[in-house]
Amino acid sequence: MSPIFLSRVGCLLGLIIFPFFADQFYIQFVSKVLIMAILASSLNLLVGYTGLVSLGHAAFYGLAGYALAIATTQYAITGFWINLFVSLTVTSILGFFIGALVVRTRGIYFIMVTLAFAQLLFFIFHDTDIAGGSDGVYIYNIPQVTFFGYNALNLSNPTEFYFLSLITFILVIFSIDRITKSLFGQVISGIKINESRVESLGFQAKYYKLTCFVISSFIAALAGFLAALQFGLVNPDMLGWHMSGGALVMVLLGGMGTLFGPTVGALVMLTLELILQSLTNHWQIFVGSIVILVAIFLPNGIVSALRLPYK
Amino acid sequence: MPMMTVSHDMDFVTFAIQLLNAVQYGFLLFLVASGLTLIFGIMGVINLSHGSFYMIGAYLAWSLTDLSGNFWIAVICAFAISVILGLFLEKYLFSYLYRVDHLRQVLMTYGLILVIDSLRSLIWGDDVHGVEIPSIFNGTIQITETLSYPIYRIALSAICLLIALGLYILIGKTKLGMTIRAGSFDREMTQALGINITILYRLVFSFGIALAAFAGMIAAPVSSVFPGMGDQILIVSFIVVVIGGIGSLKGAMLAAMLIGLVDTFGKVVEVRVGTLSLLPELSGVSLYLLMAIVLIWRPQGIFGGK
Repeated sequence: MSPIFLSRVGCLLGLIIFPFFADQFYIQFVSKVLIMAILASSLNLLVGYTGLVSLGHAAFYGLAGYALAIATTQYAITGFWINLFVSLTVTSILGFFIGALVVRTRGIYFIMVTLAFAQLLFFIFHDTDIAGGSDGVYIYNIPQVTFFGYNALNLSNPTEFYFLSLITFILVIFSIDRITKSLFGQVISGIKINESRVESLGFQAKYYKLTCFVISSFIAALAGFLAALQFGLVNPDMLGWHMSGGALVMVLLGGMGTLFGPTVGALVMLTLELILQSLTNHWQIFVGSIVILVAIFLPNGIVSALRLPYK
Repeated sequence: MPMMTVSHDMDFVTFAIQLLNAVQYGFLLFLVASGLTLIFGIMGVINLSHGSFYMIGAYLAWSLTDLSGNFWIAVICAFAISVILGLFLEKYLFSYLYRVDHLRQVLMTYGLILVIDSLRSLIWGDDVHGVEIPSIFNGTIQITETLSYPIYRIALSAICLLIALGLYILIGKTKLGMTIRAGSFDREMTQALGINITILYRLVFSFGIALAAFAGMIAAPVSSVFPGMGDQILIVSFIVVVIGGIGSLKGAMLAAMLIGLVDTFGKVVEVRVGTLSLLPELSGVSLYLLMAIVLIWRPQGIFGGK
């Protein structure tokens, strides 16, 4: 029983019993932290492990939310699993096409092109009446999780929603851990360090980057699907580049290329925002300054700086 | 291959007016994008906050015009303020970015956007403002009995054209331009030849930022002054730089004009491909389609070196 294993079990137990003692507000807050942690972890696969800096990752997060909103309101699709399937499939297919284009570019171009494609989606939802224009859409009928005909979870209840987020979060962290420790994970880490050397070993870097991009958009879609369920509302800001920028800040703040770094980043960032918002209307000055200071003084993130056992 | 038709009721005069609008928008984009592409090309810095300086320029022009009552005095003061702001920020913030990777550049300049936006909200509030067109250009040219064209828009294009020519001569033909190009080619070597690269970079950086702010100032009378204007122009300028190729002024000019045309005509022309109709509401999308096409053809942009 290593201390790392014990600390993880401790955290997990804490997360499981927490909602039985906490206020509804904090249950919802931690659900939000878990969802943002999923989004940041998916971005970490690209930024931290593969070295591809995407500034348009919110596109997939937002699109998954929109897929849910459109399916429930315009096509009256009410089942949870069918909605989940549709949302993830649509987003992954788009992730494939955008990915196929963007992995052709590198460096600064990659950053700008991912940003531009996210903005393309933003404007499609913002400027047309596909789904409520700039106001977005309310999701009135939140689908209920059924399991072989039984109603398993009532998602309108914050505690039951919390457990859905927690289960998803654990599955995502577990999958990312497996992915990064597999041969695939070795190759993408290799791409980050020296792409031409990886190529010379016989791996086609382009296909590995594309696969990673699609996996990453799939996980981001999970986060977007949950976020749309939690708030019962989607709007173009979900796809906007401030969302992408925020996720990138979480990855770097927590520690990129580490398993739990993005989670720590999401927790710290959202807690900071919560505190600052209650103190001042101009809280963004402080958030912005903190981001600048982190970029200067904490390039490897909190996890590495504190030598936390969360690698 | 389905038939592609363009349905419109556009006579020659309307077409000419739209063309003038397109060129004017293209020139403005060039002013913002040229600073961005120079800062990329010469210093290797990705500056997300570039659009914020466009916004600062517009707000300065608005508040100083209000204060002094004269647009031109406001522009001169605002330009001086932007240059000083640029020198200050380069010395204390951006100079740090020359040594770090793109990810940290992105983060730091993203943080700067948040700070600038909050400061703007503190100083000037969140309202939308308008700036009056300066009196000497406050007229219109009568083209037909019903159609006219504002003189200020023509003057705006002329000012931009002069600046573009000036930039071309400065970078391509002067000794200073030669040292700037040398500095971007090999920083250490240029320094070894006795050129003070720190000062040179500081000048180029503040000049690039001042160009964006200047674009915001002269655009203020024809477009409103509003909080999100920086984000909007930043992303379009990014597309200009991607299409034109990083570091290329020629590319930036060509791409800015292309985007000016696509954006302006996309808003007034309905394109039909078979039964699919691309309505003017989707004109925002046309820019990104253009970018996607260029990227498939040349991932490094039209004038970008490999």
